[in-house]
Amino acid sequence: MSRITPEEVRELAVLARLALSDQEVARMTGDLDAILDYVDAMRELDTTGVEPMTHAVPFDCPLRADQVAPSLSVEEALRNAPRREASFFQVPRIVPGPGGASSAGEDEP
Amino acid sequence: MIAARGASLVAIADGVRAGTVGAREVTEQFLDRVARLDGGLGCFLKVDAEGARRRADAVDAARKAGRDPGPLAGAPIGIKDIFCTRGIETTCASKILRGFVPPYESTVTARLEAAGAVALGKLNMDEFAMGSSTENSSAKPTRNPWSPAHVPGGSSGGSAAAVAASLCAGATGTDTGGSIRQPAALCGVVGMKPTYGRVSRYGVIAFASSLDHPGPFGRTVEDAAALLEVMAGVDPLDATSIPAAVGGYRQAARAGREGLAGVRLGVPTEYFQPGMDAEVEGAVRAALDELGRAGAKIVPVSLPHTKYAIATYYLICTAEASSNLARYDGVRYGHRTAEAKSLEELYTKTRGEGFGTEPKRRIMLGAYVLRAGYYEAYYGKALRARRKIADDFAAAFSTCDAIVTPTSPVPAFKFGERIGDPLQMYLADILTVAPNLAGIPALSQPCGFTKSGLPIGLQIIGPALGEEICFRVGGAYESRTDWHTRLAPEAA
Amino acid sequence: MATDWEVVIGLEVHVQLATRSKIFSWSSAAFGAEPNASTDPVCLGMPGTLPVLNRSAVESAVRLGMAAGCKIRTRCRFARKHYFYPDLPKGFQISQFDEPICEGGAIKFRLKGEPRAIRLTRIHMEEDAGKNLHAAAGVSFVDYNRAGVPLCEIVSEPDVRSAEEAAEYVRAVRTLVRYLGIGDGNMEEGSLRCDANVSLRPRGSEKYGTKTEIKNMNSFKNVRDAIEHEVKRQATLLDRGERIIQETRLWDAARGVTQAMRSKEQAHDYRYFPEPDLPPLVVTELEQVALRASLPELPEDRFARYTSEGLSPQDAGVLVADRETAAYFDAAVAAGAPAKRAANWLINELLARVDDPRALGEANCPVPPTALAELVKLVEDGTLSGKLGKDVFGKMWSERRAAKEIVAAEGLAQVSDGGALEEACKRVIAAHPGEAGRFKENPKLMGFFVGAVMKETGGKGNPKAVNEILRRLLG
Ligand SMILES: [Mg+2]
Ligand SMILES: [Zn+2]
Repeated sequence: MSRITPEEVRELAVLARLALSDQEVARMTGDLDAILDYVDAMRELDTTGVEPMTHAVPFDCPLRADQVAPSLSVEEALRNAPRREASFFQVPRIVPGPGGASSAGEDEP
Repeated sequence: MIAARGASLVAIADGVRAGTVGAREVTEQFLDRVARLDGGLGCFLKVDAEGARRRADAVDAARKAGRDPGPLAGAPIGIKDIFCTRGIETTCASKILRGFVPPYESTVTARLEAAGAVALGKLNMDEFAMGSSTENSSAKPTRNPWSPAHVPGGSSGGSAAAVAASLCAGATGTDTGGSIRQPAALCGVVGMKPTYGRVSRYGVIAFASSLDHPGPFGRTVEDAAALLEVMAGVDPLDATSIPAAVGGYRQAARAGREGLAGVRLGVPTEYFQPGMDAEVEGAVRAALDELGRAGAKIVPVSLPHTKYAIATYYLICTAEASSNLARYDGVRYGHRTAEAKSLEELYTKTRGEGFGTEPKRRIMLGAYVLRAGYYEAYYGKALRARRKIADDFAAAFSTCDAIVTPTSPVPAFKFGERIGDPLQMYLADILTVAPNLAGIPALSQPCGFTKSGLPIGLQIIGPALGEEICFRVGGAYESRTDWHTRLAPEAA
Repeated sequence: MATDWEVVIGLEVHVQLATRSKIFSWSSAAFGAEPNASTDPVCLGMPGTLPVLNRSAVESAVRLGMAAGCKIRTRCRFARKHYFYPDLPKGFQISQFDEPICEGGAIKFRLKGEPRAIRLTRIHMEEDAGKNLHAAAGVSFVDYNRAGVPLCEIVSEPDVRSAEEAAEYVRAVRTLVRYLGIGDGNMEEGSLRCDANVSLRPRGSEKYGTKTEIKNMNSFKNVRDAIEHEVKRQATLLDRGERIIQETRLWDAARGVTQAMRSKEQAHDYRYFPEPDLPPLVVTELEQVALRASLPELPEDRFARYTSEGLSPQDAGVLVADRETAAYFDAAVAAGAPAKRAANWLINELLARVDDPRALGEANCPVPPTALAELVKLVEDGTLSGKLGKDVFGKMWSERRAAKEIVAAEGLAQVSDGGALEEACKRVIAAHPGEAGRFKENPKLMGFFVGAVMKETGGKGNPKAVNEILRRLLG
């Protein structure tokens, strides 16, 4: 049986913000299906009571002193920008979201 | 003048330090080799001749002024294009980063330059280090110096091939699931993946953050050790870099020449499975005999969860990759679609146009396994399996000092032979992914050739922070064999 | 008859921490630099860069948690929260998910004199995003100066029962933040932000109704008005037997309405997972002891102390509302001013003269606490009448001079010396024989004589003394 449908692949593509051609969707469906089929072998492995290993080497988070070092100049910050206007990065018009102008703090629109 | 072809990095550095040869002179010789030979190989994405000459002159000036020019004085090296270099285009071999010029320098390349090394340019790779053949480069293929019809391995294929062809004496690479060791094996050079956190990841473009290991390539074990001594060490810019003293790696490599008395080498049965190339297995078995003659005690060990390593690896690396590649949106740097009428189009078209097939495949798989409701069944499960795989190694190292296996189950394959079947390509990583999951050091070095003249690699895996034992065993084997002295054929 | 709806509100408050540098990198976290002048490769999400946690941000979060009575995790984690938006440089926000630094606790305040404690679910650390500016002509601009400024997100239980209570809760959070000195809690500038989850249920019912999330309330008034409006809107729908749609609604302060945000096709899926670039954060018991010792006297403790010292709950409430007001009050009392008097002067004279009570804390406050204490004492010992005291205070404030100096220079001291007053009274009586004659049958004339004597003494006569002398001379 197939584990993933072309519709799911299209949903994923929206979630991941990837424009995929129909051929890509078809191919991706087959590839993901085969890979998911393969990784399913893991289900037989008993991992009850096993602490998830999120980091390869266990040690505590180091902390940095709250000190300011020189910022990038506005020019350095914007030099790689595909589109800029004055000292701003430029994007297509955003339909105003929460707080009108920001996402963190609030959730994005 | 030196014999650039086949020259070892430490020999060059020692010559420059002693003043028997100038750094600028060495640099010109290697730049000339790159100009003559890279057209046919495709190792370099960008040659920085001006920068190289500037760095070489600085080394010579320091020496003439009686200042220490550094342990790697004048050593010509290549930089995998995954390392950010200030003022020099850094693309990760991806269209989505074309034209990106970092305003910052990776910690590794900064340390290498401070040690006197002379970077000649940026080396080809699989896009975002995703691949095992360098066929996923958006720029061009890189050929295996031993056979132009064969791939150099990957993802650090440009690095391995450049060292094998003496276009540079050493190189940097990154290893997330074997991307240093496998191309080293397929190109007949030495590649070292250190302990996770041994080498800073700052300025190294992320593929899978908890699995990415920067490391060195060299022609000899001591070359790799000399580079790692400079690259390694805690970095305030990387919260996962280990605050532990850096060992004497060159010393360990030399110590191996005195033999391996008292060293126990484990051989995991799980790493010699059907499907392994007979010539590869033969060469590795012979290498084990040689190590035995060097005084090592060969003991069987078991790594029972090996069969879950590939699945575990691909679940974790795709999840992290889908996250790390979310920043490529055409707003701050890199490619941006020409026709974005809305914000949604800016994202989907920029990313759809900018990423190649393999990154897209991994972004999709990663998004899938992290989705609400799927997390525990896939990513959560993989994190637990990862712990069991790491525990296997911990248990094995209670009965042995290092583990010896083949690096790749097969020698270099032909272009296009596997690219059509991603799962088969993934399965070829079977012998290299587990040390990434466990975060432990592993070295690959030449241990023979197939009848058709393709290199075969030997993998030496050590315990966490046990880089020295890998270098010692590698140094011992190298001192008793001459595979590392063989030179890849060269177009006259 | 219509159902009696109970209002159920849960609040998410984001507090910007006033650190020097950003939470994960070294550029300045200060507000107000020119666009994109306060960035570094890390907060811009440039390839290969990595986060390194700011110690001061952690300490601020722990102190806030302690002040709110939270349980502080000795070991917490960061997680990546994924979504695409131009102000979010990495395509994910480094936040905390299943292991936040603080859990439980409560925000305490008084509503119409009644003590309230709104329970907290959690307080977690995260990074702020940049700012999108909605320019004309089909484009928007992005400024990343704010990207990476440290935030604490304070998530409450659905314990709030009215719009007014919600506003007071947010005010209490701001007070706490300012007492701790970890942020300036300015809603207008966005250093304090509030989202509200609002739902109604028939009073007495256990289960919650469908909630809406209200955003874009950037003042206490907005919080009250927006929630009031939303409650009315939901009640109207429910009374009509209609259903509430779970959605996010933006408060339009200009039009005084909340409106549904154009909701996206696909539902959110943040794909949280543990941040691989940051090992687990450990705050040892020992470090916690040190941080606890650094906490100031908190608003509710001060309130208890002031009322026990005889202040009215109303006055105590006003004094503790700002750290600077309370500190000013304590200093004045320490300098010898009686508590109740000091409170009256502070509330009626000083607070009436400043827009922001924080001005009282500044070194250049025209009338420092010791100066006020001196004035209060002059009024207490009768040297100045209450009326004159107020005049003198006015001069102290505008001319930055000491009370004694003004009194001396302008000869404002009250005449209490019997001799001089008696002479003045005799002169007045002599000048008005008729009134003096009619005094016996009409004692009300006392007012007339006192007024006349005050005129005679240029307002300096001590009214009490004058009364006694007149009564003796006329009696
Ligand atoms: Mg929230
Ligand atoms: Zn938040």
